[in-house]
Amino acid sequence: MSTSRPVDLADLVGRIASRARDGELVEVFASRSDGVSVIAHEGEVESFTISHGEAIGVRVVAGGREGFASAGTLDDDVVATLLDEARENATFAEIDPHAGVAEPDGFEPPALCLFDEAVPRTGRHDKIRLALDLESATKSAHPAICGVRQATYGDHWGEAAVANSLGVQAAGSVSSCHIGVAAMASDGTMTTIASSVDAGRDPSKLDVEKVARDAAHRAARILGAAPVPTRRLPVVFEPRKTAVLVGLVLDMLSGEMVTKGRSPFTDRLDHTIASEALTIVDDPTDPDSLGADTHDGEGLACRRNLLVDRGRLVGFLHNSTTARRFGCRSNACALRGARSLPGVGAHAPHVEPGEGDLESLISSLDEGFLVQSLVGLHSGVNPISGDFSVGAEGLLIRDGSVAEPVREVTLASTLQRVLMDVMAVGADLEYLPDGSVVPTVVIGEMTLAGR
Amino acid sequence: MIASTERICEELLGDLSGVERALRAALRRGASFAEVFVEDRAATSAVLDDGRVEDVSTGWDRGAGIRVVKGESTGFAHTTDLSPDGLVAAAEAAAEAVRSDGGGGERVVSLRAAIGRGGRPVEPPWEIPKRKKVELLAAADRAAREKHPAVFQVSAHYADSRRRILVANTEGLLASDEQVRTLFAVSCVARGDGGMQTGRESVGRTGGFELFAEVDVARLALRAAERAVSKLHARPAPAGSMPVVIAAGGGGVLFHEACGHGLEADLVEKGASVFRDKRGEMVASELVTLVDDGTMAGEWGCVGVDDEGHPTVRNILIRNGVLTDYMSDWTRARRQGRPSSSGNGRRQSFRHLPMVRMTNTFLLPGPHDPAEIVASTEKGVYVKHLGGGQVNTATGDFVFGMTEAYLIENGEITTPIRDGNLIGNGPEVLRNIDAVGNDFAMGPPGTCGKDGQGVPVGDGMPTVRVVALTIGGTAA
Repeated sequence: MSTSRPVDLADLVGRIASRARDGELVEVFASRSDGVSVIAHEGEVESFTISHGEAIGVRVVAGGREGFASAGTLDDDVVATLLDEARENATFAEIDPHAGVAEPDGFEPPALCLFDEAVPRTGRHDKIRLALDLESATKSAHPAICGVRQATYGDHWGEAAVANSLGVQAAGSVSSCHIGVAAMASDGTMTTIASSVDAGRDPSKLDVEKVARDAAHRAARILGAAPVPTRRLPVVFEPRKTAVLVGLVLDMLSGEMVTKGRSPFTDRLDHTIASEALTIVDDPTDPDSLGADTHDGEGLACRRNLLVDRGRLVGFLHNSTTARRFGCRSNACALRGARSLPGVGAHAPHVEPGEGDLESLISSLDEGFLVQSLVGLHSGVNPISGDFSVGAEGLLIRDGSVAEPVREVTLASTLQRVLMDVMAVGADLEYLPDGSVVPTVVIGEMTLAGR
Repeated sequence: MIASTERICEELLGDLSGVERALRAALRRGASFAEVFVEDRAATSAVLDDGRVEDVSTGWDRGAGIRVVKGESTGFAHTTDLSPDGLVAAAEAAAEAVRSDGGGGERVVSLRAAIGRGGRPVEPPWEIPKRKKVELLAAADRAAREKHPAVFQVSAHYADSRRRILVANTEGLLASDEQVRTLFAVSCVARGDGGMQTGRESVGRTGGFELFAEVDVARLALRAAERAVSKLHARPAPAGSMPVVIAAGGGGVLFHEACGHGLEADLVEKGASVFRDKRGEMVASELVTLVDDGTMAGEWGCVGVDDEGHPTVRNILIRNGVLTDYMSDWTRARRQGRPSSSGNGRRQSFRHLPMVRMTNTFLLPGPHDPAEIVASTEKGVYVKHLGGGQVNTATGDFVFGMTEAYLIENGEITTPIRDGNLIGNGPEVLRNIDAVGNDFAMGPPGTCGKDGQGVPVGDGMPTVRVVALTIGGTAA
């Protein structure tokens, strides 16, 4: 809803960064985005939201002291105050010899097109149609479906720019869109719920039918689920659940955790931390991944980073600060929004494919558990100790086939053990909405706690 | 106009002319209801980690979200341009976003200032020098390390925020609130032969810096350190079903997840709650009386008015085991023919639509002696401190984390066990409560997430025993 003419972001961040005084480092990150979100319910538009966001954050490092200030507007009079506010905040911080901003490193950014005109150009009615169609397709996708908790279409398009007083500067535009549905199924005695999503850069390529069928199938297949007695057994993670596991592991490989001794893998570089079957790469240069990016949050060119090579730990994720603390160069893993200091994380986690698909991996098991949903990740997973205990729904596997549905059970192990217990990795790579590119994975043994 | 509403209006907008024009513009475009929500939020935070204060940040956000309802459809747009033209443009965009069932017309909206409850804290954090905030961090760091050499990493976090809101709608409602919150948290990591363990303590109030006259951050840090150290010798948690005793104030998150979300009218209406169509029915042990109360002064989930401008009240959700009421916002109240919202319409910011949310949710004390509850448990788990939780409202299955727990053997609390989740089914767990202590404490400040929006919530409980819950451990 910007009423004044839009500011040129690259120009804005460059101008402020150039105001750095002698002995001072200044970094400015600004972003602006538009988007809509539609929620359909009972054949009507429950809500249609038009979003416009803009934000700017200024980081100052002076004499090793770092300060930060941000605002949710690009109005001149507010922006003008941020540099001084960040300077003032810096006076209260203590000297950190590793504090600073990214240094130019000569890397060329990958040639990627992350912006598709199709998102802003698609009309309101077509976006509404996607949400309404998704709802009705879900209702008719399976006879057990009794309702839809929510069917949504959402998108955003926008731009971001970063510059610092050492000469790093980057700017770019992105767009993306997604549909998602939570389907409810009933057998008269219980109601189950399951979701599915699709994402991309062109609304017309979102697969309404597939999402509807997938959510409905998942809700229906766990009808009648009940707890089972406690046991240890192999656990099958479909690609979308593999992404969850990999995300937890990558948290432990974050330079922030590693350099502060908070990761069990701090001293394990070049050691074996996982089964030979497992290779993990962060690859934002893959144009097909929705996590693809040209630059990280500090303005360095994104690159492919090998992290776990056939079970051996070969790299961590670093931004410029954690890299200096660790004694290496940043590998462009700064993740951030304008409202906070850069953190560390993976853009587009890839797991190298192995052999077989979900079906063949299931058929190789006498007994096992196929995970459908995981709950309580934030309360049951401790990335520092590695303790892992989460609520789960899914299906038992017996004699190589999927058997009865299960709910109200937990799966437990430690993340360290889970990595060593990776028994098989499938070839069925999926490009997921969260940017990860992962296959089915089988963990050799976890504890399933139930009745 | 009530004084505080007048003040907030002046601070945020100058005057009401833009709001009135925006509401009229929405009505002209066929709105049956329109609302302007204006918000100004300023926050300060400081983090100490790895032995030094490393991140001192300030942030500021101001804008308006405009909601336009036509029939059953809602259009919503937000803007950071609070000028009359900016508000009108957002109102027109929101109105255009939804199909009109009929033509609009000119209607006069006369705004009546009904409420303006926000009270200034005793010590407004924005008047406290940052130096004093930073000093708290160092005190916590020192305290955590001094007594426990096994603690090798401490992170301390101070945060305050000042949120001023103004809500006006075409029903004539005009309300404001000023919500000031102050929070302090300490996380410790201890290292031993068996790896690392963590301990966290936090305290938060709807209020200002006076919090630290009441709470000693050094003591808070020491408790976090003790929690981490005590777990260095923790055994793997058991796997399977057994009796669980949860300590008073350990975190009412148990009830927040077991039934709180399931009693939110939006989920009930969509058939996504296991508690739908249960009003007047026995849904819990008769020992259970559950309350959601946004009026509790000082508590983390306290607000004067909700984010739709309705005053919060004390809602009894379950009385002696009988489901008495659901929580609602404006939309659900209207659809269900309730006289008014229960004051549970909340949103994360002006960029979000409101929905039904909890405030401070807690279980009232019961008749039992807490010590006797433990003593009469032969074998089970004693959960002293809870982490977060999550619920599947359709099935009622929920988990909550234990961050400090012990085995109970022959009626005594014995060995510490490692972190993990417990899983149960809401309706079953509520029926399976066989003891409720005559003690009570509120738990630590929480953030409740729903459909991607986080809002501050409080919870509380007395000591409670559940006959059977599934412990998500690895030990046989």
